[in-house]
Amino acid sequence: MDASALDGLLADLHASAPGGLEVRRDGACTLLQAAPADLPVVMRLLREQAGLNYLANLTAVDRGESFEVVYHLFRIPADGAQVVVKCRVPRAEPRLPSVVALYPTADWQEREVYDLMGVIFDGHPNLVRVLLPDDFVGHPLRKDFKVTAT
Amino acid sequence: MVLASPPADDGASALQRMLGDNVITTTLEKMWNWARSWSFWPLSYGCNCCPIEMMAAGGARFDIARFGYEVFRAVPRQADLLVVAGPITLKMAPVVKRVYEQMPSPKWVLAMGNCATSGGPFRDGYSILPGADSLFKVDIYVPGCPPRPEALFHGLLELKRRVERGEY
Repeated sequence: MDASALDGLLADLHASAPGGLEVRRDGACTLLQAAPADLPVVMRLLREQAGLNYLANLTAVDRGESFEVVYHLFRIPADGAQVVVKCRVPRAEPRLPSVVALYPTADWQEREVYDLMGVIFDGHPNLVRVLLPDDFVGHPLRKDFKVTAT
Repeated sequence: MVLASPPADDGASALQRMLGDNVITTTLEKMWNWARSWSFWPLSYGCNCCPIEMMAAGGARFDIARFGYEVFRAVPRQADLLVVAGPITLKMAPVVKRVYEQMPSPKWVLAMGNCATSGGPFRDGYSILPGADSLFKVDIYVPGCPPRPEALFHGLLELKRRVERGEY
């Protein structure tokens, strides 16, 4: 997708995101910082209007007071378009709407973020641990996680 | 009446004299151990680099078949040597334990590489066991990251020596 196609969509995106939308450009990559409540509608617009039909990566960063969940969107067939959506949730209550209904590839990746970072995705069909055993205590990629002897 | 005189030697040497060099007498256990030691049936467990070296050991250049150990099994019930060639994660631990328990006795475990011997670089991590010996008895440790096929052979031949002597 060339930049102008996304520019046309930006007005729609801003209008649909009352929580505020921060847009940055870094080369071919466009970064959108969205509020948690606006995430489903922003993702839906990006998929349906901008044709970004592939969620390649979903990860999370521990920012101290908050967790930043990062979505990397591409298009198939690949044309170099890349949009990164970032969403910050407070550490005290790390909840975010799930995007599994929109992007099936988010299924296991949201489970991984839940497993290792402890972000809860509302609406996920099966939010259980994926990499660690079910009886594991804690979320080890959090900065305040302390390793106990195994 | 004169009784027949008792044999001058014991039964074993009489047998030896009768059979000459045509038959070898031994115990069944010794024969089994000799056979076991020349035909381990390995069950492979691994993640990445150690299995590559294990595959190289199975290939033509290093040729594990020289020793009779080439029958890699994917089924624990057909194997008697578990080659742990990789770290054991907490999630994988119950599976490896079950696979080990499914192997028929006598069975041996060879820990290949630093991860299997001690946890390696992941030892202090949150999801890795500090070595395969925290799950079951390990007979041979082959350190290296990854160990070369020669090192694996060294470990296997060491195990062979022990099994041949019945030291297990």
